[in-house]
Amino acid sequence: MPILNKPIVFAKENFGDGFEKGLKMKPIDIVLAVRESGLKGRGGAGFPTGTKWMLAATATAEKKFIVCNADEGEPGTFKDRVLLTEFTEQVLKGIILCGYAIGSQVGYIYLRGEYDYMVNQINSAIQKLKNENKLGKNILGKDFDFDIELRLGSGAYVCGEESALIESLEGNRGEPRNRPPYPVNTGFMGYPTVVNNVETLATVPAILNLGSDWYRNIGTDKSRGSKLISVSGDVEFPGVYEIPFGTKIKDMLELVGAKDTKAIQIGGASGTCISAKELNRNLSFEDLPTGGSIIVFNNSRNMLKILKNFMEFFVEESCGQCTPCRIGNKKLLDGVNMIEKGECSVAYLKELLSLGETMRITSKCGLGQSSPNPFISILTTFGDEILATY
Amino acid sequence: MTDGNYVSRTPVSQQPLKIEQSSPHDIGGLVEIEINRKKFKVPFGMTILEACKLFDIHVPTLCHHEDLCIAGVCRICSVEVEGMRTLQAACSFPITQSMKIHTSSEKVRKSRRHILDLLLSEHYGECYSCVRNNNCELQKLAKEYGVDFYRFGHVKEPYYDIDKSSYSIVRDMNKCILCRRCVRTCIDLQEVGVLEALNRGYDTKITTFLDKPISEVICINCGQCINRCPTGALRTNDPSDIIWEAIDNPKKHVVIQTAPSPRAAIGEEFGLPAGNSLTRELNTALKMIGFDRVFDTNFTADLTIMEEGTELLNRLKAAIVDKDESVKLPQFTSCSPGWVKYCEHFYPDFLSHLSTAKSPQQMFGAVIKTFYAQEENIDPADIVTVALMPCSAKKFECNRPEMVDSGFKDVDFGLTTRELAQMIKEAGINLPDLPKSNFDEPFGEASGAGLIFGATGGVMEAALRSVYEIVTGRTVPFDNLVISPCRGMEGVREASVKLENVKNEWKFLEGVELKFMIAHGTANAKKVMEKLKKGELKDVHFVEIMGCPGGCLGGGGQPIPTSPEIRQKRAESIYKEEAELPIRKSHENPHVAYLYSKFLTEGPCGHLSHKLLHTTYTKRGNYIA
Amino acid sequence: MLGSELSDLNIEISELVEKHGNGRQSLLPILQEIQKRHGHISGHAQQEVARLLDIHPVEVNGVVSFYAFLKTGIRAKYNIRLCKTISCELANKASIAKTLERELGIKFGEVTKDERYSLEYINCLGMCDQGPAMLINNEVYTSLTPHKVIEILDNLK
Ligand SMILES: Cc1cc2nc3c(=O)[nH]c(=O)nc-3n(C[C@H](O)[C@H](O)[C@H](O)COP(=O)(O)O)c2cc1C
Ligand code: SF4
Ligand code: SF4
Ligand code: SF4
Ligand code: SF4
Ligand code: FES
Ligand code: FES
Repeated sequence: MPILNKPIVFAKENFGDGFEKGLKMKPIDIVLAVRESGLKGRGGAGFPTGTKWMLAATATAEKKFIVCNADEGEPGTFKDRVLLTEFTEQVLKGIILCGYAIGSQVGYIYLRGEYDYMVNQINSAIQKLKNENKLGKNILGKDFDFDIELRLGSGAYVCGEESALIESLEGNRGEPRNRPPYPVNTGFMGYPTVVNNVETLATVPAILNLGSDWYRNIGTDKSRGSKLISVSGDVEFPGVYEIPFGTKIKDMLELVGAKDTKAIQIGGASGTCISAKELNRNLSFEDLPTGGSIIVFNNSRNMLKILKNFMEFFVEESCGQCTPCRIGNKKLLDGVNMIEKGECSVAYLKELLSLGETMRITSKCGLGQSSPNPFISILTTFGDEILATY
Repeated sequence: MTDGNYVSRTPVSQQPLKIEQSSPHDIGGLVEIEINRKKFKVPFGMTILEACKLFDIHVPTLCHHEDLCIAGVCRICSVEVEGMRTLQAACSFPITQSMKIHTSSEKVRKSRRHILDLLLSEHYGECYSCVRNNNCELQKLAKEYGVDFYRFGHVKEPYYDIDKSSYSIVRDMNKCILCRRCVRTCIDLQEVGVLEALNRGYDTKITTFLDKPISEVICINCGQCINRCPTGALRTNDPSDIIWEAIDNPKKHVVIQTAPSPRAAIGEEFGLPAGNSLTRELNTALKMIGFDRVFDTNFTADLTIMEEGTELLNRLKAAIVDKDESVKLPQFTSCSPGWVKYCEHFYPDFLSHLSTAKSPQQMFGAVIKTFYAQEENIDPADIVTVALMPCSAKKFECNRPEMVDSGFKDVDFGLTTRELAQMIKEAGINLPDLPKSNFDEPFGEASGAGLIFGATGGVMEAALRSVYEIVTGRTVPFDNLVISPCRGMEGVREASVKLENVKNEWKFLEGVELKFMIAHGTANAKKVMEKLKKGELKDVHFVEIMGCPGGCLGGGGQPIPTSPEIRQKRAESIYKEEAELPIRKSHENPHVAYLYSKFLTEGPCGHLSHKLLHTTYTKRGNYIA
Repeated sequence: MLGSELSDLNIEISELVEKHGNGRQSLLPILQEIQKRHGHISGHAQQEVARLLDIHPVEVNGVVSFYAFLKTGIRAKYNIRLCKTISCELANKASIAKTLERELGIKFGEVTKDERYSLEYINCLGMCDQGPAMLINNEVYTSLTPHKVIEILDNLK
């Protein structure tokens, strides 16, 4: 399935010969161009990509690695799936350009196990690039060797977290690491490692083709460029859309054919739930950040049931190593069940909301730090309605 | 891609941070920080927890343990760092730039209380029926944080069956808080690989391969996991109830032998700091409790030296004089049952390197139920032999089916230091206050050589003192008998002594450089065994291996907590006590001489010795059926 | 298992190790391939992999138990996994669940007596725009309706 609306970055013609241009540049100039473009990570955390690459490029190490994070497990997110099928070659080129820029020789694609059916397609795209001397030894006649290896996940959402992903690549349980040190310093096998989202990497050839300024001028001051959004739920046209950052919720809903909307979950299960009344808020790092998903709920939906679904997800998908997340999510889920049965006092509910705050600041990784989000936002926004129902 | 050099299992993030550049704030390697509004300077790269310890600022911990790599999983050590969105785990956060830290701000206190409440909500156990009552890190924290109600509820029913399958180790996972200290102990510190976290999320649990009973997997019973567990989830299989019954039964003659390490540590159970030996107070206490005789395991340690030393000389003779290719050298010590089982599981093809001499515990059992029963005219069937040991593996050892050479179960019960301390307390005795008394005849006082068995390197030192003297007729060429290369805490140590001007009957040893190695902890044993496997130990003659880090004084039955510093102190107290003993060489122990003259008349490694004091091993392998 | 089957498995595993390398980082690809071929990774297979990679069997067990797609126990020929996450839930996954249970005569978490079908839930497959979605072994099925499910099951027979 292609991108549904008129694309901004992800139109074939925008990529031109960005790859070839890039390989003619000095590695450090690629890093600078990416930094200039204002591109921030599209996997959720929004770390400036140019800065990450700069850290890796300036690190002195025997080896460096680059990992394309294609673990896309956030409920409601499928934009990387579309990129990997429609723009396979640009994703690969983004990885190679990153490898060239930071001085790495090996790139991994960590593809979620659920996307097993894409393996052949990706591998033949890799083969094609090899045949064209765009991958392998002495790429395009330059003194630059690079290989890409495809690795699969095996059904663990947390492996999308970059340090858990690296643990998984190393053959361990996908348990996030202590940070610092960050992967750009001490990553795969202890070497500097850049982990980037599929979308982040696929954007790079377009930036190099049309220039940093072209890219900077899309979006808002703090959120440059465009974003792919996966839309699902109660809408007429579910699918992937590309929008400039700063797009208002109102316009987004209109675009996807949402009617009778009650609430919108921004950023998947670990994101926030807003009421449809907040129409003027916008999608951007400064207002409503998202790794790329919007789930729309109409007025027929029971918000508590939705919350329960989210919390069940986290109880199962937590890696289970740290206390706040392993037990905290269970307590929040138990709380939802208590509400359902009419057994949760407002005092206890407040205690759970406060526990949610603790989970946000004490959990070891982003999963536990964000898993209370739906609990807090749904019960804050729809609490009265929910308590009145049960 | 394969990278042959990458061997460490420890996740990279848990290894020390690689520090290449110094920070701009780095002043001569020091970083200026503020903790609770006070200024300090700390070395670059030190963790917040280490810094706090340095300045006596208390930060609670659960998953952190000095002997283990950092995990950062319990999150109880969270502290606030100004300017950071989230709290940081003090145990794992390295200080690489100047920062302002708060260790007990409102946010921190509230969060810690929440974390604690979460742990308690899942923790099934009642402190008054728990072996760790009053020595439990979870309980202590609950008190520290004034927990007076269960904010998030409390489990009412146990969730897991207690695994009591092992003679040594009992696992009650209802009390487990998933700090994974046992996992890091078993996999990283000991490299045995019995315990690991299985499943994920809320279903995570610590268990064995395919969740099998621990007796069916490759556990070596070292109990190191118990010593590092913060709660009562892991404990030893405690025989004290049956021992009380035996004591209370007038028909039974109950004797106890006490190993060297418990006496050096038992004071810790009574509130004394580590490093206070209570040998003779303990004798008094054991009598008060009702043991009929109290013997010193050091007696059979001396006996072990005679047997093992003779065996070594025999092997050397066979190898050098008889050119017997089938003789295995180096000879390895066999007194640590954790190490023996490790070898049986992981190096079954090298068992013939193990000395056939039994451990002192088992020798004593066999001697008591034969020689002693005979001398005292007691029916061995009425004798109950208890062994006070620092060790959980000793429980397994005395239950080995082959350990019945006296015609009875040679040692009936292995009792740990912790368990005995409990019995003494139950008898209403405050050990440190007691008067001193001596060991009982006919085994009486032993040599200092037996005493130092408790510390890593001790067996080697004791053996060298005797072997050297037997061969050369002179005392070992070390000041005051202190063979310093044997001492210390380094994981693997190596040294040699040259045999010169030997006695006539040992002529074949003239000029031989006697090479020996010492290792403690099975991870270090593994290093030695891998060398052996590769044929790199051809010129080594004798290797001492103790299964536990630090040797017996760090055994799985010793007082909790344990740390490098505590083990060091215990070792010092043993060495100090030893230096003051009148007899310090095994072969000079008059009671041992008496035993050989009256009972084992063929001398060391003679027929009766072989029957009673030597044993065989089982090729177990590490396949888990 | 028969001795000969065991040694066949050993040979197979040693070939896999040959192919992927004997470093720990090869563990997942090896396990994934065993899973794919055999539908599960037996205790014996886990120990054999551990031996060749020189890691502790319990660590392999820890890894297998961590990942939802790796199984210790024998699975049915067709492992049907229905997404139960939010978008599919909204798209009426309940009706699909009901249909599957009714047609196969088992509940979620169960295996049919003839070991042909097993039924379980999984989390989001990344097909949220085409929910409800399910996997049968590694094949994805989307935009399910009760009618379509019956057809799919028919085609499996
Ligand atoms: C629980 C969790 C799951 C994540 N899943 C993904 C994912 O599926 N894909 C992704 O690109 N990033 C994911 N991330 C973010 C990554 O940790 C990391 O920030 C990202 O891959 C960096 O790439 P970027 O800078 O290009 O965004 C996840 C983070 C967390 C905490
Ligand atoms: S926050 Fe959750 S997923 Fe992250 S490390 Fe802790 S338990 Fe694991
Ligand atoms: S483990 Fe600690 S807190 Fe739990 S019952 Fe025992 S003493 Fe009490
Ligand atoms: S007793 Fe030793 S071998 Fe057994 S589980 Fe504990 S640490 Fe591992
Ligand atoms: S058994 Fe003890 S040491 Fe092991 S994880 Fe549980 S509480 Fe921690
Ligand atoms: S002690 Fe720091 S996280 Fe457990
Ligand atoms: S919610 Fe079912 S595929 Fe995403």
